[in-house]
Amino acid sequence: MEHAFEPTLLWAVALLPLLGFVINGVIAFAAPDRKILPTLVGPGVVGIAFIIAVINFLGLRSAGIHEPFIESYWSWMPAGNLQVAAAFQLDQLSMLMTLIVTGVGFLIHVFSVGSMKSDPGYARYFAYLNLFVFFMLVLVLGANYPVMFVGWEGVGLCSYLLIGFWFTDPEKADAGKKAFIVNRIGDFGFLVAMFLIFTNLGTLDFVEVFAAAPGAFAYGGVVVTAITLFLFLGATGKSAQIPLYVWLPDAMAGPTPVSALIHAATMVTAGVYMVARSSVLFALAPVSMIVVAGIGALTALFAATIGLAQYDIKKVLAYSTVSQLGYMFIGVGVGAYTAGVFHLMTHAFFKALLFLGSGAVIHAMHEAYHHTHRHEDAQDMRNMGGLKKYLPLTWGTMWVGTLAIAGVWPFAGFFSKDEIIWRTAARAVGPFEGWFTLFWVMSLVAAILTAFYMTRMMVMTFHGENRTGEKERKYLHEVPKVMTLPLVVLALLSVVGGWINVPHALAELPVIGWIPHSEWLHDWLHPITERADAIIAQNVGGPAETSPVGGGEAVWALISLAIAVTVIFAASRIIGARRYVPAAEAPPPTGFFRVLYNKWYIDEIYDRIIVRPVVTLSRICWRFIDQGIIDGLVNLAGYFSRGVGWVGSRFQTGQVNTYAFAVVIGVLFVLGFVVLR
Amino acid sequence: MVELSLVLSAILFSIGIAGVVVRRNAIILFMCIELMLNAANLAFVAFSRMVGIEGQVFVFFVMTVAAAEAAVGLAIVISIFRHTETVDMKNFNLLRW
Amino acid sequence: MSHLIPQFDPAELLWWVFASLAVGGGIGMITRKNPIASLLFLVLSFFSLAAIYVLLQAHFIAAIQIIVYAGAIMVLFLFVIMLLNLGHDYQSDLRGGLWIIWGFTLAGIIGFVLTRIFAVGDAAVTGRGGIVIDQSVRELNAVGAIADPLFREFLIPFELTSILLLVAIIGAVLLAKRRV
Repeated sequence: MEHAFEPTLLWAVALLPLLGFVINGVIAFAAPDRKILPTLVGPGVVGIAFIIAVINFLGLRSAGIHEPFIESYWSWMPAGNLQVAAAFQLDQLSMLMTLIVTGVGFLIHVFSVGSMKSDPGYARYFAYLNLFVFFMLVLVLGANYPVMFVGWEGVGLCSYLLIGFWFTDPEKADAGKKAFIVNRIGDFGFLVAMFLIFTNLGTLDFVEVFAAAPGAFAYGGVVVTAITLFLFLGATGKSAQIPLYVWLPDAMAGPTPVSALIHAATMVTAGVYMVARSSVLFALAPVSMIVVAGIGALTALFAATIGLAQYDIKKVLAYSTVSQLGYMFIGVGVGAYTAGVFHLMTHAFFKALLFLGSGAVIHAMHEAYHHTHRHEDAQDMRNMGGLKKYLPLTWGTMWVGTLAIAGVWPFAGFFSKDEIIWRTAARAVGPFEGWFTLFWVMSLVAAILTAFYMTRMMVMTFHGENRTGEKERKYLHEVPKVMTLPLVVLALLSVVGGWINVPHALAELPVIGWIPHSEWLHDWLHPITERADAIIAQNVGGPAETSPVGGGEAVWALISLAIAVTVIFAASRIIGARRYVPAAEAPPPTGFFRVLYNKWYIDEIYDRIIVRPVVTLSRICWRFIDQGIIDGLVNLAGYFSRGVGWVGSRFQTGQVNTYAFAVVIGVLFVLGFVVLR
Repeated sequence: MVELSLVLSAILFSIGIAGVVVRRNAIILFMCIELMLNAANLAFVAFSRMVGIEGQVFVFFVMTVAAAEAAVGLAIVISIFRHTETVDMKNFNLLRW
Repeated sequence: MSHLIPQFDPAELLWWVFASLAVGGGIGMITRKNPIASLLFLVLSFFSLAAIYVLLQAHFIAAIQIIVYAGAIMVLFLFVIMLLNLGHDYQSDLRGGLWIIWGFTLAGIIGFVLTRIFAVGDAAVTGRGGIVIDQSVRELNAVGAIADPLFREFLIPFELTSILLLVAIIGAVLLAKRRV
């Protein structure tokens, strides 16, 4: 039964975290040692925001509405033709995102209470984290591009603040700066896209833009292609795709819960959200969709290769995030918007789980080293090993996450990743067929690599012999409950999270088909994606039934499941057979492995090609133009005044006769004026 | 005669100006100023022949003021002379830059 | 044969004599090294001016010119010169050559400009005031002709002038004291 639905306290969802920021900020300034109030306020406000979001979700679900709710709070930029309001939009997509942000955010806040307990910047940490949640909510709830951009910029700012949280270490501060600067390049793309949209459509509100776009833009036209490419540039910056992904691995310098929240579950997904939101625009520009899917596929494969060769546990997860984000972009690039958002959701669950788990491991390692006063790297997997015995709960939950990300049934990643891979294959029809086939192959290879490096990580960390040291082993123990509880909850979500969108094609399969098929998420997001789907169907045709090499959806689901399980077994055999040495004694990497270990030397290439010329150019501007010309001109004015003053001072001889002479000249002028007038 | 008196007044005035610019002795400087004042008086008297008695009344005032000014000025010159033993103006250059 | 002798006005002739004496006195004043010589030339100038005042029918002004200017002010100057013993061992105190050129050039220009300003040649204007003055002098005699406006329209400036004189006296006494 449909009954009228009004969003309740929508503004409170966003403002509560802001309030938390203010309170925690005041405490951070006034009484940084107090821990009780930030502990209550920090997670508390996010928890309450989550509850309000759930209330709204239940109401929205039963109302079954088709059009989004817009709550406009005040007129932000009334400037002639440009009318931008500070408004929130509640529809199926933003509701979903809000639930993810507040829900996973709450769990991470709770985890942080344990992991940041002994940090002197405790209150400051929660202040920044709350501020981040506020901005992320503004981003997903915004009803027009400028409000979304406010959130976009804000999360970039909070990302900088949190990555460089321990800013007294120059490396960590630099990582924060790198993140912000690289993001900025993407923001330029976003801004240009906004300008183009406004110039061509006269409005920036989502509802109006997407209603007007199919009529105003020609299919495949230059304008809409330009708009979408610039939007995608912004997305590559925020969501760490090629070429602007370089900040994310460095961002691991921040606290681990930060990596979990910002760089796994929420901020990096902003790009995917933005593309999904602008699905109508992207559907009108097939070239852009190829670009999106292509870069997504390339990034997925590229990052997976680097993840194979990393020893730092957080770096492995960082490159894994970049790779999975690539999958999401493949999803929205082939027109499977629901699949992309689905993978966003499941990825939030299992990647947050994996990061928090690694945070627990690092926490335990730190404590052990702390007790024995050694200064080894607590994040290097070569120093770990056999931790299964000491951290059983962490071990169990992280295996759940690994199986999820590798795409093993019945865990969440199986459904989301496989849907993306399948939709890529199904899209290989009509024009650009070859491209999509290529992307499909790339995504399959990346899936293989994903399973491999994740297993490698698990085996190196938890299995085999412990390499931490004799004395440290006494101090290794499981982390406190405040940290394990979120892990358990996230593990649970990683299992059942995929069951909300089981495709119909799998219903016939034995065993696998036992999970009730629903495609609930498809139906839920249908009002959001229907326009874009219609445009694609109109111009490209419906999706294929079989992949380019044959076989339907169910067949390929089984094939990928088999591949995943095989790779996991093979990897555990291979890695388990190797003998690792603790990091301090380990030999440096060699050969092709070294190239992967050094991330294909991309950072160095960027440095040579981009950074150094810019620095040289700015140095020239500084020395020649700023100091030489501009300062020179100003100084010249000064010298000129002094010169004039010197000339004038020659008249001040102090002698009366001279002054009388000056008076006489003045009299002459006056008389002359009188005569000549 | 009245117009000629005006021309004479102009000539005397310019002689006074030349003297002020050219001489360095403080007392002679004062005397040149007195000459200029007298030239002005002459002009007033000449104009009074054209306009009315007010010209001559004003001459009266000018003379009074000239007397007062001469007295005070010479007192200043005396007190400067006590300090510097000279009335040569080129030594009074404390106002120099 | 009287018609061959050009008609001249004795007053005008006298005027020319006294005018040249005045100018000569002025030039002499500004060119002497000796301060006393300079002063005496100025006195000559003043006397000539007094004569010219008489010729312009301003008898009272002529009288007070001699009494106040030549008689009091110049004597004061003389006293000061002698007090400061400037009459002996005097060096030339003319400024440098450039200044002389500049000074005389400027003076010449100003003189020329003033002459142009004063060139009021309207015959109807000339002499009109003189008629009124002559009338007034006939009625009230020379002193009364000036005293009448002085104590009527110009009473306030008159009183202020007396205050000015008082201030000048005090100032002069204070400034010239050896110790205040």
